[in-house]
Formats: sequence, C-alpha cells, structure tokens
Amino acid sequence: MSGVRVLVGTRKGAFILTSDEAREDWEISGPHFPGMEIFHLKGSPANPNRIYASQASDWFGQIMHRSDDGGLTWETVGNEFAYDGATETHQWYDGTPHPWDFKRVWHLEPSLHDPATVYAGVEDAALFKSVDGGQTWNELKGLRTHSTGNTWQPGAGGLCLHSILLDPTNENRIFVAISAAGAFRTDDGGETWTPINKGLRSEYIPDEDAEVGHCVHNITLHPSKPETLFMQKHWDVMRTDNAGDQWHEVSGNLPSDFGFPIVVHAHEPETIYVVPILSDSYHYPPEGKLRVYRSRNGGNEWEALTAGLPQENCYVNILRDAMSIDRLESCGIYFGTTGGQVYASADSGDTWQTLVHDLPAVMSVEVQTL
Amino acid sequence: MKIRVILPSHLQNLARVGKDIEVDVDGDVTQRSVVDAIERAYPMLRGTIRDHQTKKRRPMVRFFVSEQDLSHVPLDAPLPDEVVRGEEPFWIVGAIAGG
Repeated sequence: MSGVRVLVGTRKGAFILTSDEAREDWEISGPHFPGMEIFHLKGSPANPNRIYASQASDWFGQIMHRSDDGGLTWETVGNEFAYDGATETHQWYDGTPHPWDFKRVWHLEPSLHDPATVYAGVEDAALFKSVDGGQTWNELKGLRTHSTGNTWQPGAGGLCLHSILLDPTNENRIFVAISAAGAFRTDDGGETWTPINKGLRSEYIPDEDAEVGHCVHNITLHPSKPETLFMQKHWDVMRTDNAGDQWHEVSGNLPSDFGFPIVVHAHEPETIYVVPILSDSYHYPPEGKLRVYRSRNGGNEWEALTAGLPQENCYVNILRDAMSIDRLESCGIYFGTTGGQVYASADSGDTWQTLVHDLPAVMSVEVQTL
Repeated sequence: MKIRVILPSHLQNLARVGKDIEVDVDGDVTQRSVVDAIERAYPMLRGTIRDHQTKKRRPMVRFFVSEQDLSHVPLDAPLPDEVVRGEEPFWIVGAIAGG
C-alpha cells in the first residue's frame, strides 16, 4: 500500500485529497463539477482507478459521472433511473398516499469484485444496479414492492435509500437502510427482501414492535464479521450479531445517542466510531465541542476523542455518508462537516489534523487505500 | 436545418461546449424536435432538460425565443420563424432560484 485518496462530495463540487502512507502532507484537487451538488462518490474496490459520482440538482436533475483514471478525468454515464413496473404509492409526511417519484441518487456502492457493477440507492427509496459501468440502470424492484412499501414514510431528508452493505462472504446478501422505513436484507441477490428491524425502538412509533417506520441513519459492518452490523439510528446506537434478525442498543455513555455516520475500524471489528449530535432540531455537537466517540468493545463503553478537534464554538453537522476509514496498518479515520472542514486521524482517532478548512458543506467522504 | 440554441452554463460545462450551439433539426421546428436534436448531438444532456420518460420540461427549466417565454406553449407547436431562419436562438434557461 502506498497511500490514500479521499473522495469528498460537497454542495458545490467534488474534491480529491491524496497523501502517502504517512498522511501528513496532502494534495487537494478540485472542485470537480464546480458549482454542482455532489451527493456521493465512491471508488471500485476491484479497480481503484474507477470512481463513480452522483451529481443532483433541482434544476437539471440527476447526472452520473465515472472516472477511469482515479479522478483525473470524468465522463458522463447513464442517468435514467426508471422504476420497474407500476409505481404505487408510499406515505407522505401527513400519512396520505404519495406516488413514488425518482429524485436523486444518495449512495453508490461499487461491487467488491467487478468494476463494472455498481449499486445505487435512490430517493424515493429504491435500489438500482448497473452491470455496465453505470451506462444503464435496472431496479431491483423486490425492495420497493415489498408488502410494507405502501407504509413507508420519508424522513426529514426525503424517502431515501442511503446505506448499502455488500456481504464479502456471500454475494447474494445485501443490507440496505432507508429513512424512515428501516433496514432490509436480501439473501437472494435482491429478488426478495426482509425487514430487519426487530429490537429497534422509535419514540415516534406507537407500535413498539413496528416492522418498518424506523429512521435508520447509517449502518456498517466489518468484512471479517459480516453478521455483526452496527447502526446509528435517529436516536440510539444499535448492534446485531445475527445479520439483523435482532438488534440491541449499545448507546451506553454517549452524550447524545443521536447522530448520522457510524464506521468500524479497519482491523478491529469491535472498535466503532460515531459523532454524537444534538437533536431534534439542533443538529450540532453537544456543548459546541466536536468529539468523535470510540468504543473498543463493540459499544456501550465510549471514549471521547478530541485531540486536534475544536472544543468550543463548534456548531457543524456531520452527515451520514461523511465519515470513512482507510485500511493502512495504522487505521485512518476521516470525516467532513457541513462547515466545510475535513478532519483526519492517522492513529485510529487518538489525534486529528485538519486536511482542509473551507470547502463547501461536505455531503460525503469516502477513502480509497491505494 | 441548423437551429441555434443557447444553453445555461451548467449544461455548457456538462456538454463541454460554449454558450451558443447549433443543432440539426429534421422536419418541423418545435420545442420537442429541438430538444430531440440537442439530446442526439449531446447524449450527456439527456434527462437534464426534460424527463426521460414523460418528456416533460423539468420544472426549473424555461424556454425563451426573442425575449418571449414559450415554456407553456405546446411542445409540438411550431417555433417562431426567426428561429427557423437562424436569426434568433432558442434559449434554454435555468430558473433563478435560491436567493
């Protein structure tokens, strides 16, 4: 391994930050797609020079880009996301039926093995797949047409499918999460889906055992333990050890159990990270202190990581796709803020440096270990 | 025939062209046939001016000719003669929204 490439999507373009293994000196390129909102970009694990990017705006709709040279140059690829078959209705905020309507791609998840295959999680919630490098997209409609689909309701950001996890040991198993429907799992490559929300408790749902309706913010897993998932929910940090069949809470001593991203250490499957945020309407760190919290035993016991992070007058948010890790020997942790800062730690979170201060609001951060 | 078109800046960047382009239109010159021609010549603009399936103009895009807003004129109505003769461009405008 020779270094890292950090892919940063912002409200006004994409930026690419590169460094060697020491991760002390950084080069910044961008803005790519200047002025345009880049929801997410992510590289192919099978070919790191291939990067997919999602650009969306209210003016000109969804635009998809692909690079085959590590982000030096880009070409436009297919942007037609047509739901497969009849588009029924989901619930609107007020509980009335609302037709499914494509708005944007929130998350791109390239295949672990094939650079030409990539999944896209979209709003209104559905999962699409391309097997030709993003030129054409087909819906895996078994998810949207699940029997509970007509009861799904949008979260504050819309009815978005924002998390996609590919099981590295079973190519037929995929996990997704939707705000505010919950988490789902397929064991047949996307044909059929099962809600996996048992054990989640959401104050705003009168039915304590509701199968769907949970506002899941992010889910993650470690490739060596793909039956163990961690979840940052609207409130509560959760874990499951049986692929989502049953969840339990591991919020423990966090100062707020609300937040957006959650990541797992590259080499320690029980070491997890969150960034507590105040809610409901505040959406900034408690006490104006930007603290990443780390648990080294899979949750419940958390320590604040503050060295190098602002500990006063900090009122930024960290969005759900704006935190990532590298896989170097000393694991790096990265996150971006709505204030335009990108922070990184090259020592598993013990100390932090600011990679860049003044980008547009950061929507997503993904890291490629080269 | 050659029809002059003016694109908004973001679509110029996407198509890697300047502000003023020319497209070849066969048959009647209408909003639909001009946008068809744009999408043929610049496939990367498909879906950005109008919806892929319904062919409806995107809500925050407007069409103008000679300072007249034609956004709500039927898609298949003939465009003004000055566009057909190449004297005036067909303007595609992104809405000024956002403060």
